[in-house]
Amino acid sequence: MNIETTQTLDKYAQDKYKYGFVTNIVSDRPKKGLDEEIIKFISQKKNEPDWMLTWRLDCYKKWLKMSDPQWANLKFPEINYQDIYYYSAPKGFENKPKDLSEVDPKLIETYNKLGIPLEEQKVLAGVAVDAVFDSVSVATTYKGELEKLGIVFCSISEAVQTHPELVKKYLGSVIPPGDHSFSALNSAVFTDGSFVYIPENVKCPMELSTYFRINAEETGQFERTLIIADKGSYVSYLEGCTAPQRDTNQLHAANVELIALDNAEIKYSTVQNWYPGDEEGKGGIYNFVTKRGLCKGINSKISWTQVETGSSITWKYPSCILKGDNSIGEFYSVAITNNYQQADTGTKMTHIGKNTRSKIISKGISLGNSQNTYRGNVSFLRKANKSRNYTQCDSLLVGNKCGAHTIPYIESKNNTAVVEHEASTSKINEEQLYYCRQRGLSHEEAVSLIVNGFCKQVLQELPMEFAVEAQKLVAISLEGSVG
Amino acid sequence: MIFLNINNLNVSIEGKKILDDFNLTINQGEVHAIMGPNGSGKSTLANVLAGNEDYEVNSGKIIFKDQDLLGLNIEERAQIGIFLAFQYPVEIPGVNITPFLQASINSKLKNENKPELDTLSFAKLLKEKAKDLGIGPDMLKRSINTGFSGGEKKRYEILQMSVLNPEFTIFDETDSGLDVDALRIVTEGINKFKNDNNSFLIITHYQKLLDYINPDYVHVMRNGKILKSGDISLAVEIEKSGYQNF
Ligand SMILES: Nc1ncnc2c1ncn2[C@@H]1O[C@H](COP(=O)(O)OP(=O)(O)O)[C@@H](O)[C@H]1O
Ligand SMILES: [Mg+2]
Repeated sequence: MNIETTQTLDKYAQDKYKYGFVTNIVSDRPKKGLDEEIIKFISQKKNEPDWMLTWRLDCYKKWLKMSDPQWANLKFPEINYQDIYYYSAPKGFENKPKDLSEVDPKLIETYNKLGIPLEEQKVLAGVAVDAVFDSVSVATTYKGELEKLGIVFCSISEAVQTHPELVKKYLGSVIPPGDHSFSALNSAVFTDGSFVYIPENVKCPMELSTYFRINAEETGQFERTLIIADKGSYVSYLEGCTAPQRDTNQLHAANVELIALDNAEIKYSTVQNWYPGDEEGKGGIYNFVTKRGLCKGINSKISWTQVETGSSITWKYPSCILKGDNSIGEFYSVAITNNYQQADTGTKMTHIGKNTRSKIISKGISLGNSQNTYRGNVSFLRKANKSRNYTQCDSLLVGNKCGAHTIPYIESKNNTAVVEHEASTSKINEEQLYYCRQRGLSHEEAVSLIVNGFCKQVLQELPMEFAVEAQKLVAISLEGSVG
Repeated sequence: MIFLNINNLNVSIEGKKILDDFNLTINQGEVHAIMGPNGSGKSTLANVLAGNEDYEVNSGKIIFKDQDLLGLNIEERAQIGIFLAFQYPVEIPGVNITPFLQASINSKLKNENKPELDTLSFAKLLKEKAKDLGIGPDMLKRSINTGFSGGEKKRYEILQMSVLNPEFTIFDETDSGLDVDALRIVTEGINKFKNDNNSFLIITHYQKLLDYINPDYVHVMRNGKILKSGDISLAVEIEKSGYQNF
């Protein structure tokens, strides 16, 4: 690596996070820490029926007996669960505002600043948005139009009230609360998130999107999302997230469950841009996320696409359980780590049904002093005849102080299963940089171009409306400068 | 105006001297050819002109368009009109030529304080130039140089040259690895582009290329120096009896 490369990269490492502002708003918070009282408080705030509270308390009891998973390649101090606020809402949010006129203009302004307009006249064309601020949903756009098709798109708190039978049936059905400590914790204290139900044979005509924003200090965000695609339906869903710049760590522990019935398809995309911490590794979001999709019906399909650029720690393995015969699971991932960020991310594909197929494309880019791990688990159960997996893991190292690790795990109990695996690790190529610069591009432009090219296979899986944004985000997380 | 003047240039790499008191002057509109055996320092010269930082310039001067070229970095040199057609163009997977060259040409326009090209007008320009060179739209959709044959890579270099319209182009063994047909296509492209305002430095190992492009001057290079300069008859002599006479 020549001197100029090192200098430019140091410059990247020092640049700033542009979503780091704080909204000054009075929020309503109970005391810090976790106990049964807090859970009752959350449940009461949300006006929940008894069955929901009972479920939460059961999950809490499970959590008490568990310790946090240790197998990831991550280093961080033990999380003090008594030092976190578990609920925070802008004052006066006992009931979700019926329309925007009831929403504090400061909140609307926050989303405008984030590029997510909520006002009727300005909403993103072709994208319905549910905006979640700390522990509550602020607004959902295009609701009426979706209702005409029988599509339910609302906050999970609302769904508990309006569609209790669906929530009861599916909540925790893909991620059992006892799975690990973060799923138990989330199940006990989840505050908000989105709920989607697509009726039989309905193709959702627009992108559904949730935008998560953590604002309050020392507050955990425990979001819960549940998406059900009934027989023959289709939906594409996108999640985005940011948080203010603070020098203390904040916990985000989400659970997302997807269920695809016969011939249904769910496409779930994430652009994760939580505050990553500063150049010395101070502050940033601890992102412990459990995402799991169940291809329950025959010929069903679930694909996960993620662009992970933020968070000081990312612990995340969007997975597919391929239960229905001929079902398909896909995972496309770009994970960029800079400075002292650590990412341990990958997927789990569990082939249960016959002729099930899975595809994994993972692109890890490490800069600065960061550590980036791909962790994969592909398994074929006894009845998964003629099933296949294709895995491709590529790592790109920029600089000498970062690390890339690939840990693919494959297990097969069926000898007709076919697995293909390709992996590569490369350094950013001086020859490519020279070529680009000889054509007049600056060093930064060249790096961004090469990295975007490296990620292309994944970025092209994103919904059109977001592909360009994601490319910009990739460029920004390399240089960090205000775009 | 001094177009290009290389004066007593000494260059080394890893302590090893490669260019030894090298001198060369090129005027606007001229075509120069440099011939020489392997290892004589031809590629080194090309890379030093382009600003490659792996080479150490120990002493000497390069003036290009009245400016001190050695004070500029790679992209600054490209932006004032230096184009190096590489001997081995590198593959850049996933990167399409359209945004790449658009960024390229705009960096140059910006440097000249001219309005930048939007995507639509750039795409039109690229398509026109590609058509001139017999490059089909399919080839424009592929990633830069990725999976290209030797001939395709060289044609891509010529395409980039004709879009960026540099005043000074260096061809580093553009003819190597090309069959007769590919060589004809590439040289036709160069001849089409050539005019009174742009100059060329053609580095080649063989005389064959010079059957297609008529140079104003031919130089013979060996051990980091130009040993003899003349016209095309020098190339004919080399073709007949090799480099042992130099
Ligand atoms: N990157 C490099 N590292 C070490 N030696 C080099 C490098 N590039 C060129 N050289 C040496 O410099 C000399 C000239 O090489 P080059 O300029 O490539 O000659 P030519 O293009 O005429 O064949 C050779 O001896 C070669 O081995
Ligand atoms: Mg050479």
